Amino acid sequence: MKNAVGREIPAEALAIELKNGRKYEPYQGKGYRDGKYIKKAGPTTKIYENPQESKILPSIRDAVIACGIKDGMTVSFHHHFRNGDYIVNMVMKEIVALGIKDITIAASSLGDAHDPIAEYIEQGIVTGIQTSGIRGKMGDVVSHGKLKTPAILRSHGGRVRAIEEGDVHIDVAFIGAPTSDEYGNARALGGKGDCGVLSYAVVDSEYADKVVVITDTLVPYPNFPPSIHGVNVDYVVKVDEIGNPKKIASAAARMTQNPRDLMMAENTAKVIAACPWFKEGFSFQTGAGGPSLAVNRFLEPLMDAKGIKMSWAIGGITAAICELQRKGKVGKIIDVQDFDTGAIEDIRTNPNHYEMTASEYANPANKGAFVNKLDFVVLAALEVDIDFNVNVITGSDGVLRGAPGGHPDTAEGAKCCVIVTPLTRGRMATICEHVVTVTTPGDCVDVVVTDYGTAVNPNRPDIIKALDDAGIKHVPIKELQEKAYSLVGTPDDLQWKDKVVAILEARDGTILDVVKEIKPYEDK
Amino acid sequence: MELKAVGTAGTLESSDVMITLEPKDSGGIDLTLESSVINQYGRQIKAQVLASLERLGVKNAKVIVNDHGALDCTIKARVECAFYRGCQCDMDGKFDWGGVIR
Amino acid sequence: MSLPRPKPERFRLRRTMMFMNAQKPGLIKDAYIYGADSIMLDLEDAVAENQKDSARFSLYHALKEIDYGDTEVIVRINGLDTPHWKEDIRVCVAGGCDGIRIAKTESAQDVKTVDEAVTEAEKEFGVEVGRTLLMAALESPKGVLNAYEICQASPRLFGVALSGGDYRKCMQVKVIPGGIEMLFARGLMLNAARAAGIQCFDTVFTNLNDDEGFRAEVKQNVEMGFDGKSLINPKQIPIVHEMLAPTQKEIAEAEKIVRAYREHASEGVGVFTLDNGKMIDIAFVPGAERVIKLAKASGIYEGDL
Repeated sequence: MKNAVGREIPAEALAIELKNGRKYEPYQGKGYRDGKYIKKAGPTTKIYENPQESKILPSIRDAVIACGIKDGMTVSFHHHFRNGDYIVNMVMKEIVALGIKDITIAASSLGDAHDPIAEYIEQGIVTGIQTSGIRGKMGDVVSHGKLKTPAILRSHGGRVRAIEEGDVHIDVAFIGAPTSDEYGNARALGGKGDCGVLSYAVVDSEYADKVVVITDTLVPYPNFPPSIHGVNVDYVVKVDEIGNPKKIASAAARMTQNPRDLMMAENTAKVIAACPWFKEGFSFQTGAGGPSLAVNRFLEPLMDAKGIKMSWAIGGITAAICELQRKGKVGKIIDVQDFDTGAIEDIRTNPNHYEMTASEYANPANKGAFVNKLDFVVLAALEVDIDFNVNVITGSDGVLRGAPGGHPDTAEGAKCCVIVTPLTRGRMATICEHVVTVTTPGDCVDVVVTDYGTAVNPNRPDIIKALDDAGIKHVPIKELQEKAYSLVGTPDDLQWKDKVVAILEARDGTILDVVKEIKPYEDK
Repeated sequence: MELKAVGTAGTLESSDVMITLEPKDSGGIDLTLESSVINQYGRQIKAQVLASLERLGVKNAKVIVNDHGALDCTIKARVECAFYRGCQCDMDGKFDWGGVIR
Repeated sequence: MSLPRPKPERFRLRRTMMFMNAQKPGLIKDAYIYGADSIMLDLEDAVAENQKDSARFSLYHALKEIDYGDTEVIVRINGLDTPHWKEDIRVCVAGGCDGIRIAKTESAQDVKTVDEAVTEAEKEFGVEVGRTLLMAALESPKGVLNAYEICQASPRLFGVALSGGDYRKCMQVKVIPGGIEMLFARGLMLNAARAAGIQCFDTVFTNLNDDEGFRAEVKQNVEMGFDGKSLINPKQIPIVHEMLAPTQKEIAEAEKIVRAYREHASEGVGVFTLDNGKMIDIAFVPGAERVIKLAKASGIYEGDL
């Protein structure tokens, strides 16, 4: 069956059983489930009426045993430690050592730090993966059909919805925390490897049957104000190291000096400034990639010229936006993840820099997340096609190597979603006829800025008019795609086998696309 | 002009391709291709290399192509340069621009 | 394959000429996107001695296959004191570049030597004789002193450029803010170029972190009367274009002159008076036309001339 973005969704994908019995549907277009009702799926939690002195257990192994983890269960993790994370590998090692199998990992995201999981997949011990990001060896083995069930890939907001709705049920959540007290009140500051916030883990702490906090820095009770509340936590484990602090928080990304990135960033800022929402009190989000980050720098003089300030900025936070706030040009920063030490230092000391939960950030099924109030978001892409569909998950070789993250959430919520990407990367055409995988549907994408020109989605006549009025040149996206192919040649279609290896869920829980097993290149 | 020794040109940088040509007495062209864009462009890269070799009159050679997303114009340039280097000819001599080099 | 490039225009607008290593595929594939008037594909200093051969193959296919559009494509060839320049010229002409920059020009004879080799190559490759333009780079005290004879050496020559790095070494001076060390060379070269009726370009500014210093130098270039400047980074392009752009007042004045001239020319009158009482003769017209051209290229001209 073809869905609203023209993707064939095979019956085997639609037949996948969700935990709550909900049936998958093909993507129907944005806003499809708006106004509908859901019943939230609460966890089964234990009563702790009798006072206990401490919830501390001596080891992760003890926690795995105490939680009663059995074959077929689902365990969850967060990705605030990014590429410095030790938690996933430490916990999975103990689960595997205890001979437990048929495990599903439901993480907010997974990355290069988790290469060892690839082996558990090949051994058939890990049989399900639900995540936003999938990369490295794990991406490779999943793309080559080694995971028993298709991986389910969700946006950050979509994950919260899926957990709350009960599409996925977490048996045990393992929450790494920079600091915790003996009752599991956990914070992301004051430890050896601070990550600033624990936004993505909050839903796990509220909806998992059992919750384990793992820290390397125990602090006196009560560790307040906590990100993860001790009332939701069963056990606390102290380990030597939760992660590599250098990789948990990288030094502030240096502003790109690449002239191509700078040119695109400047053009993006001009597009934003031409839109009617660029006025006193506008709201803004941008990514941490080279050109996206550089937009901050070019936006500032345009704000000054118009004499306006930003009322709030959200998202993955970087030192660049904190810097802008210090200059008095941003009211509040509302933070779901910190990308660098500058952002972490800022949330430690700045009273106008707040932590929010992933649900508050991007959940489509609550009563109005921050993304719904967003004016502008600037995002990157691996590919954009002539229908404005975006791919941020599969590389040009068809292998999983990315993450939808907050991309689909912010794109749908924001009044103006700008994708900034070079027309080609090496020989890969970024603006193409059909993206390998749709991760953000084209009906949510408004403007594409490239080094060869800007295109506006024809379903946004308001933005087209705004750019025309400002004298900003734009071209049909088809023209950009043709230019790209004239530079790099028309790519051959990727060759796939029949097996579905991953499901791309739209944020509302319908199926946006599937990824099939890649057929290796054959020399013909 | 004939391949006398191993000729190499290009780099492993992004958008470039490294070509190595090794003379052989017989057995035709033995081509090994590695590319960061092999799934989408492997066929075209191979065709481009073979076409250049044919123009240059190379009948027998071991050819190693290590590509990092080079465009056709770069692939041709690297094949030709590797060939003339392998021929050990005067690199400031007169080349056949627009003839076999095209 | 792209079509052969149109015949180059000897005196086109050349505000910005950006250097690119001809050996780097990632750079040359689309160097035009930054909007420089001319790009300078470099076979000389940017290319290591053992890659001179390789750079020519890259250059040839880039010239033949990349559509550079309206951007002028010039190639800097190796000096006449190297074994490379003759083959550099052959590949430039065979590839169909718009112009050749002669490095380390010291005399009119240097230009003539290149001119002859270009003519020979044009005949060999079936290119219209005279199509390929030349520019001369002065890099030494001797070159600067011979500026006038160099500027007159060939009908192919559209301009002369200063190359500050080598010149400063010869003069035993370093870069001085304000440019006192280059004052004589710049002044003499400009004077020679204007006397010979060709264009004149200033040297590169290499400290990419010093935006203020760059702006100051461009301002001085404009005030001294340079047509344009050699650049090493795309981020310098919009600054030069902005600073060379005429003011609205200058544009209005130029428009009046051009319009009045066109009206009177049909009546055969060579001297006329503008509405502000200013006497104008035909000598003012090329300057006014240049202002309109600059305004158009700068994207600030809204009239219909």
